Formats: sequence, structure tokens, C-alpha cells
Amino acid sequence: MNSEILGIIVMYGLVMLLAIPLGRYIGKIFNYESTWLDKFFNPIDKLFFKIGGIDPSKEMNWKQHLVALLTINVVWFIISMLVLTNMAWLPFNPDGNPSMSGDLAFNTSISFITNTNLQHYSGESGLSYLGQLTLMLWQFISAGCGMAICAAVFMAMKEKTSTTLGNFYSFFVRSCTRVLLPLSFVVAIILVMNGTPMTFEGKDTITTLEGNEQNISRGPVAAFVAIKQLGTNGGGFYGPNSANPMENPNYLTNLVENGSIFLIPIAMVFALGFILKRKKLSWTIYSVMTLGFLMLLIPAVISEMNGNPAISNMGIAQDMGSMEGKEVRFGSAASANWATYTTVTSNGSVNAMHDSMTPITGMTTLLGMMINCFYGGVGVGFLNFYIFIILGVFISGLMVGRTPEFLGKKIEAKEMKIAMIIALLHPFLILVGTALASHLYAGNPEALSGWLANPSYHGFSEMLYEFTSSSANNGSGFEGLGDNTPFWNIATGIVMLFARYLPIMGPVAIAGMLAQKQYIPESNGTLKTDTSTFGLMVFAVIFIVAALSFFPALTLGPIAEYFSGK
Amino acid sequence: MSASQNNLFQKELVSEAFKQSFVKLNPKIMFKNPVMFTVEIGTAIMFFVCLWILSGKGSQGSFAYNFIVFLVLFLTLLFANFAEAIAEARGKAQADSLRKTREETPARLENGQTISSAELKKGDIFVCEAGDIIATDGEIIEGLATIDESAITGESAPVIREAGGDKSSVTGGTKVLSDKIKVIVTSEPGESFLDKMIALVEGASRQKTPNEIALTILLAGFTLVFIIVTVTLAPFAKYANAPITIAAFISLFVCLIPTTIGGLLSAIGIAGMDRALRANVITKSGKAVETAGDIDVLLLDKTGTITIGNRKATAFYPTNGISQDDFIKSAVLSSLADDTPEGKSIVELAGVEVANKLSIEGATLIKFTAETRTSGVVLKDGTNIRKGAQDAAKNIALQAGNSFPEDISQKVIDISSNGGTPLVVIKNNQVQGVIELQDIIKTGMKERFERLRKMGIKTVMVTGDNPLTAKFIAEKAGVDDFIAEAKPEDKMNYIKKEQAEGRLVAMMGDGTNDAPALAQANVGVAMNSGTQAAKEAGNMVDLDNDPTKLIEIVEIGKQLLMTRGTLTTFSIANDVAKYFAIIPALFITAIPALQGLNIMGLHSPESAILSAVIFNAIVIPFLIPLALRGVAYKPIGASALLRRNLFIYGIGGVIVPFIGIKLIDLVVSLFV
Repeated sequence: MNSEILGIIVMYGLVMLLAIPLGRYIGKIFNYESTWLDKFFNPIDKLFFKIGGIDPSKEMNWKQHLVALLTINVVWFIISMLVLTNMAWLPFNPDGNPSMSGDLAFNTSISFITNTNLQHYSGESGLSYLGQLTLMLWQFISAGCGMAICAAVFMAMKEKTSTTLGNFYSFFVRSCTRVLLPLSFVVAIILVMNGTPMTFEGKDTITTLEGNEQNISRGPVAAFVAIKQLGTNGGGFYGPNSANPMENPNYLTNLVENGSIFLIPIAMVFALGFILKRKKLSWTIYSVMTLGFLMLLIPAVISEMNGNPAISNMGIAQDMGSMEGKEVRFGSAASANWATYTTVTSNGSVNAMHDSMTPITGMTTLLGMMINCFYGGVGVGFLNFYIFIILGVFISGLMVGRTPEFLGKKIEAKEMKIAMIIALLHPFLILVGTALASHLYAGNPEALSGWLANPSYHGFSEMLYEFTSSSANNGSGFEGLGDNTPFWNIATGIVMLFARYLPIMGPVAIAGMLAQKQYIPESNGTLKTDTSTFGLMVFAVIFIVAALSFFPALTLGPIAEYFSGK
Repeated sequence: MSASQNNLFQKELVSEAFKQSFVKLNPKIMFKNPVMFTVEIGTAIMFFVCLWILSGKGSQGSFAYNFIVFLVLFLTLLFANFAEAIAEARGKAQADSLRKTREETPARLENGQTISSAELKKGDIFVCEAGDIIATDGEIIEGLATIDESAITGESAPVIREAGGDKSSVTGGTKVLSDKIKVIVTSEPGESFLDKMIALVEGASRQKTPNEIALTILLAGFTLVFIIVTVTLAPFAKYANAPITIAAFISLFVCLIPTTIGGLLSAIGIAGMDRALRANVITKSGKAVETAGDIDVLLLDKTGTITIGNRKATAFYPTNGISQDDFIKSAVLSSLADDTPEGKSIVELAGVEVANKLSIEGATLIKFTAETRTSGVVLKDGTNIRKGAQDAAKNIALQAGNSFPEDISQKVIDISSNGGTPLVVIKNNQVQGVIELQDIIKTGMKERFERLRKMGIKTVMVTGDNPLTAKFIAEKAGVDDFIAEAKPEDKMNYIKKEQAEGRLVAMMGDGTNDAPALAQANVGVAMNSGTQAAKEAGNMVDLDNDPTKLIEIVEIGKQLLMTRGTLTTFSIANDVAKYFAIIPALFITAIPALQGLNIMGLHSPESAILSAVIFNAIVIPFLIPLALRGVAYKPIGASALLRRNLFIYGIGGVIVPFIGIKLIDLVVSLFV
């Protein structure tokens, strides 16, 4: 078999080997079962709770969970704004980088707190080390928030009728200390051993082979990269992200970094099975996610490995596949592979330039973000999937002749209302945002010529991608878009805010309200949600709701580009 | 059910529905259905576009094309209205045929005055004698009568209704065959259950059921998604320099929103109530039918439901020292004057020859009472013969200083554990022997319970029998659980217990002491013959007084929900093909390369759009019969059912429009 493809398969296999035990471990953490790491972490947790004045045993209802999540996010946003707009004179700035403008700081703060990491700046020149460290903290915190709120939904899915769903702060601290921190530590060590910098010293000056002097940016890169991958954050230390050899030196680090992207999202699905003691449900959800993922991955890999038809038409051989915008040390398959993982999971880190990919990959990466739940972000991926389960349960529940119920709880008008609003939100933000940009651009293409590096369909894809990436809290860029302007900073900032918090609030509200309802025991007539039939149903709902609403937009972007290039 | 009732589209109904289709175009009425309301707005816009073109303004394509789009949209609205109207008309016709039986009948008041039934008020008392038609619904307060209820139930055998008991209700339009009764009117004119049901069907007081509301939210959500999709397409097209006509915009929108289910939704709900009515069940709300589909536990009375009305004597067992003949003689003597079915069956078992030889002339009859729990006779010569339950007989014997024979004790246990009821006979306080009574289980009950089990419904038999007998019959009939020696409060407690565990319970009852349980149950079906209290407490009334009706009701409920689910799936699955018809058509002129998306090979952009909207419109009338009849329920387990329906309506819903649109395009392309 082609070694490039073998590399992709081996990586997936290795991650699966880790994800299942990790899922069990995460399940234990949220169930407060003892693990061998307790000895080490219990005192640390206690310290945090003592400093924060938090009683971790205090049970919270779903509203209190959301209030806790939102308040700490507001606090972090304010701190972030203060740091980013004052970096120039604050410490840890050996390279003397300037402070950010207000709109860029707004965009960047929102972007990191919402786990998006849409970067309208380049880290090596746009941030001090204090800025980088602050953003690194948000990468932990936003991922921890996602896991903690997902844990609350897991608790709500238990059979018993309950108004309380555990303690948000406790879930949050446990997620950070017991999952994210140790995993990041391991990944960072591997990166350092392979040459990724980890220092607080400023730029290094070296003499190149030609005898020229060159400045090389350094910093606490390894630590930053580890959590950016594991927390589905995706915000790179350097502008080119993991395409930069400092962030991602070789094929091995590429494998580790790429694997880190989807390790926790898959583990969370298995954690659900361990917590609810419904392993079959986990496997059903996992299978639906994987089916969708493969339907995006396979065309992308084939398309990239076959090369760019425009270049083929010129009579140029492309034995390595389409290599424009890709790193030779990774190759076309591993680049398409990363592009798919990073978009389906809301990670957003890149090891190649998506702008240069073939139209098919452009479309699959867009679709990955439009659907946003084939694995999805840490914690929040499952929450997105949960909405589709609710919609799927409603329709298929009717089809078996019962008013719909999910895990023994009846789904009624109120839950449907919330589920529908959340399902609507993503298409709304993406399509309205892109429509606004298209309208502005079409009205005055000369004045806004700085926006788009490419005209026509590809230019449209660039705008569509930017809003999709913001709304999916993904953060990858199609690039080629002049995005550091007040319009893009503010518009995408607003999109990121809505797209992060509403899709968290919706599922938590639904789960919280369902948890309070009376449990209906299963009978022969009850719709089983852990069967392949139901899995297919959910897949169909995702396909029709999430994918088809974007069909017209995709037609004018990558699809038109594909057919025009044929 | 006659053939004419089975015909979905009777001539009179169709013409009435046709008229209503136009009346319902009123935006005020349309507003209740968000999906179709947006179609109406689209149609209105197309109307103005047509006028605009007529006034000489260009750029929107030919008048003919725009006008056809307008016509097709208008037809879509009419089809949807027609679906609702025909369902209403059918329900109304069914209710009317019931109502006809109770038209103007003279009613004789207590004071001898005769007034029209329409003038009777709640609380009025009227008198009926043999040959009279009962003027209106009421309750017997005095007397007993045999009544022919065939006008309502279609059952020709007369029934007995009498004051005081659980069978005290009479229905307007039925005929008194014998005796004389005094009846008190129980409802104001126009407020009987039937009147209420007609109002429900007619839509005046029809409220959306909770599930219908949730589904409407889902459909409104889909409509909103496609509003966003269509509206944002305008700036996209502006960027791509691919102008889109208003007709194309509206066509895309109307095709994508779930008009199929949106148009049929209320028809499905009405048809559900109508099916219940055809089963001779009056529902007091649409919600009750829906809830019936969710039932987890069915409480069924043993007598009349599981077993044929009454027990029959099957064997005589004399005690040691008493001859078979003597024992039979005593047994028959005690039963000759006993006109209960059990008593009659004892005489039957002994044979006419034996009975003819015996006489009870001059004897005193002792009726069964709840205290003595025995009945019998004191003969002219003073011989006292009684028969009754084991414990009652034992008491009598022991009090008189006699023993209760060991062999009879054993026999009693044997009979009980065999599902029989032992009846001990004592003569002059001495035990003679025991008669075995057996319940006869109705044929086909086992299969019905098996079917219910496959539907996930637990059946519970309620009986006054002792636990041993109850267990035997429960096993023999195949019910899942039983309540033995049931008192009315036992039923209530059982319902409450099941409900506390989250299950939905249905029961049927007729007596006043059933009323609290009927009210407590999620679906309470009162028999029409039952007391007014029972009928008020339940949420359905069964005109046939058929205790097995519950099973049918559950299936009607499931059908209703399934029809909604499958048509929603079908409607949404249709969108795949419609996208592939319309999207290439929108852009093909500006971006010729998109011909590659035209996988159906449709003739031209205009023909593609027309074909899609025409398909979208005609699929509604095609599905009206399914909406009215309902999707057949098969008790094959939820997963298998989902697989089946997903295959037929999901996969079918993807494929059918590809074929349909292509065929329509072949026809349309001849003209465009």
C-alpha cells in the first residue's frame, strides 16, 4: 500500500487505541471514581478550590452551570483585552512587539476564549511572550469549559429524574488538571525532543549558508502547540501554524500533533458510554461521526493526491499530488488528512494552506465545519451532535408510533423550540455573514479589492470559509483574505460569540429540562437510540439540515470552481 | 362498515371540500399553519410579478412562465386546503350520520306534556315506554327497560338498562322495546359528547395537540432555515453576476420548505379523530387519541373483555357420603329460581330432565347479598339450601356446629388453581359438595395480547376472583399481570403506581365507582351504557360498549403519530432531488459549467423549475389518501418499524422526486 496512505491509517489506529481507555478515564473523572492519579491531583484541585472560594460538592442546576460558565468567560475576556492592548510596555516582550489595535484585540480575545483561534495576526510579530502565555491559558480554559459543560449534559442524560447536574467548577478544574494538563505535558515533551523551541529568550540570530544574517523567532512554542492541538484550539504560535518547521518539525511530530486533534473529541464520546453505562450508544454515535468523517476524508485525500487538474492540463506531471501550499516533509496525503481533521473537529490548526487545496478539498473542509459535529470540538462537538440526536429522535419517534422520547425522557414543544433555534443558528450566522460580505464586495469591488486575493468562485469560497470557520469556532483560515480590517474583525468576532455560547446554552437547557422530567421505562415499543437504524436516521438529519442548507452557497464556491476546472 | 363509508372521496364530500379549499385561503385561517402561510405570501408575490410583467416591465421572464408558476403555487395552496377540508367533511359526515338518529323526537314529560327533544334542558325528566324513541341522552332514574341500540352501535341484540346500576345511561335515538323508564336529561342541547366531537372535527374548537405543536415548531424551523437560504442567495448571486428571477427564488423556497407535511398535518389529525369515530368511539379531544399511541399499560376487566361475559358450571363434585344424584338435586333446587347466568348454567349442566322433576313451589327465595355472599332457597318443607363462596359456606357450616369436609377443601383449591370458581352447596347447614364454574376465554384474545406485547404494551387483567383463579386465567389468556379480588380503589392504586414509574395507563370502565380511576388513567374509555359520572370522567366514550375497543384505540393513536412522522420524513427527504433540479437551473445561464450538477438532465432552467414546483404541488393530493387512512401499524418492534418506515418513506422520499421531476420535465419540455 502507498506509504502516505498507510501513515494516515496507522495514525488513526493509534489514536483509537488511546481514545477508548482515555474515554474510560474521563468517565471516571466525571463520575468521581478513584484513579491512580488522585494522590497527585487531589491536593492540586483542593488548592484551586481554596483560592477560588469554591465548594466543589455544591450541586448546580443547568441554569447555574450556564451562569458559572458565562461569568468566568466574561472575566477572561476583560483580562485578555487588557493584556493584548498593553503588551508593548508589559514584561516578557524581548522582541519589542507592539500592542494590538482595539478591534484586533477584540477579535483575538473572543477568538481564543471561544476556542476558535481565528488569528488575524502573526504570532511572531504581533504578540509578546506575555501575550502568547495569556492566549495559551485561554487554550486550556476554553477546552476545559467545553469538557465541563459537556460533563453536565452527560449527567443530565442519566436515567434518574434530577434537577442538579454536578458542579461546573469542579468538572472544569478536573478537566484541566487531570486530562488537558498531563496530555499536553506528554505532547510538549515529544515536540521539544524533536526540536520545537521552548524558551523565553528573544529572537535568535543565525548566519545562513549564503552568509546572510537571519533572525529566527523563538519562545515557549512546544507548550503552546501541545494544548493548541489537544484542546481543538488551533491557534498557532507562528503565523503559518503547524506548517512552520518550528511548530511541527518532522513527520513524527506531524503524526503526534494530528493525532492530538481528535483524541479527546473521540474519547468524550466513549466517556459518555462509561458514564451512562450505555456503551452501545457510544459506539452508535462514534459510528455516525466516523461515517461522516470518512465521507469527507476520502474525497479530500484522493483529490489532493491526484494533483491539481489545472496544472495537469498544462502537461506538468504531479507525482507527489497537488503540492502548492504544502510542506514537502508531510506530502499531499498527510496534508489533506490534517485539513480534514482540523475542520471536522473545530481545531483550526493547519499544516498546509487550505487556500491552495483543490476545490473538492475546499468543499470537504467547508462541509466539515458546516456540520461541525463529526467528532467536533472538545466537549462542544458532542453538544452539537446532541441537537441532531434530538431532531432525529423526534422524527423517528413519531415513525414508530409514539410521542418522541430520548433515553426515557419525553421531547416536547419546548425542547423542540430550542433544538430548532440552535440548528438554525449555524446556517444563519454563516449565510448571513457571507451574504453581507458578498453584498459589500459586489457593491464596490474596487474599493474592497484588498479583501480577496482571488476573484470569482475562489474569492467567494474565501469569504464563505472565513464565516464558516468563525461560526464553527474552528479558526482555520482559507487565507488569501485580507482579514485584519475592522469589518472582518468585528463581524467574525460577533459570529464567534454567538456561535460559541448559544450552541452550548441550547443543549444544556434541553438536557437540563429533560433531566427534570419523569423517566419512562423502556418497552418493546420504545425507539432504541443505540441501533444502526437510528444512527442512519441521525446521519440523514445531519446531512439534510446541516449540509443541504449550504448547498446553494457551496454551488457558487467550490462546486462551480470544480466544474469550471474540469 | 359499509363500502360507501370506505370510499375516501364521496361526491358530496368532495364538492363541499372543494368549496372549503377556497374559503380557507383567507390569510387569517392560513396563518395558523406557518408553512402554508409562507406559500401564500409567495403566491401573492407571484401574482404581483405577473401584473408587473403585464404592465410592460421586463427582466423577469415571459408572462406565461411566471403565470404558470403562480398557478402551480396557487394549486399547492388549494391542494393543502383540500386535504384539510376533505378530512373535516368526512369527520362531519360520520358525526352527522350519528346525529341523524337523534333528530326532532317528541319527549313526554312527567306531567304528561309532550315537547320537542330540542326543548329539553339539562335536569328535565321525561318518560319512555315500549315503542318510544328516547329523545336525548340521559340517565334512568326509575325503572328498567330493554332497549334497541342498533341505531348507534349497529348491534341488533337488545340491551337492558336500569336505574341505579352501572348500566343506567340511555342514548338519544335508541328505541325502548319493553317496560317503562323515567329519564333525566344530562346535557344541555348541543352539548352532548357527540356535539362536542363534531365541534372538534369542524375546527371551531380544534386545538393543536402537544405533539402537533412540537411538530409545527420543527416545520417552522425548517421553513426559517430555507428563508435564510433563499434570502442570502440574492447577494451571493449578485457577487457571482448570476441574476435570479423572482419566480425562481420563490419556486426554490416553496420547493424546499416542507409543504407536503405542512399541507397534510391538520388533515392527519382530523383523520385520527375520524378513525376513532368510525370505530364508534367519541373522543373528547385530539390529545386523547395521540396519548393512546403512547400507552404502556392496559387495564382490562376480566369479565366481558377477556372471558365471555359469565362463568359456566362445568362439573358437580359431591362430598364423601353424598350421592352424585342427591347433590345435583340440591344444586338444581338452589338454582331454579336463580336467574343469574351462573344459576342458569347450573340448571343447564344438570339437564332438563332433572330440572323438570323438581319443583320449588311455595319455596322462599333467598337473593344473593354482599353480606351473606350466598343465595338459595327455603323449600316448603323447611329445607334450607344455599350455595356460595367457600368461606361464606364454611362460616354457615361451622356456626351450626358442623365440620367443613376435608375433601371439599381440597377440591376447592383444585378448582381455583385450575382457573375455576368453586361454588359450595350446603343443605341445612351441611356441606353437600362443590360446583365448578369455569370462565370461557374469548377466542383470539391470546393473539391480541401477543400483539400488544409486541407493541410494548403491558396488559393487566382486573378481576374480583381470588388470586389463584386470577393467576390461572391470566396465564391462559396470556396477560402480563392481574389484580385479583379487585376493589375499585385497587384499580386506582395500580394506575397511580404505574404512573409514578412513568408509564401511561389506559382503562375502560362503566360504573360510577370506576369514575375516579377513569379520570386518573391517561386514556379512560367509558362505555356509553355506563353512568354519567363515568362518561364525564373518561376522555373517550365507546358507543359499542365493547371492552376490547381499547386495543383498537391504541392502534389508532399509533397510526396517527406514525403518519405524521413518515410524511415529515418523506417531505424533507424530497429536498435532495429538488435541490438538484433547481440549483443548477438558477445559475446555469451565468455559469455554464454547472451543467455538471444537472444530474437529472432536465431540459432547460425554466422546465426544471416548473417541474419541481409541479411535483411539489401534486404530491399533496397523491398523499391525501395516505393521510386520511393513516400509515398501517405493524407490531414488529420499534427498531424494525423504524427500519421499515425509514426505508419506504426516507429512501423512497429521496428517490421518488428524482423520477417524478424527470417525468414531469419530459412533459413540460414539450411546451417550453
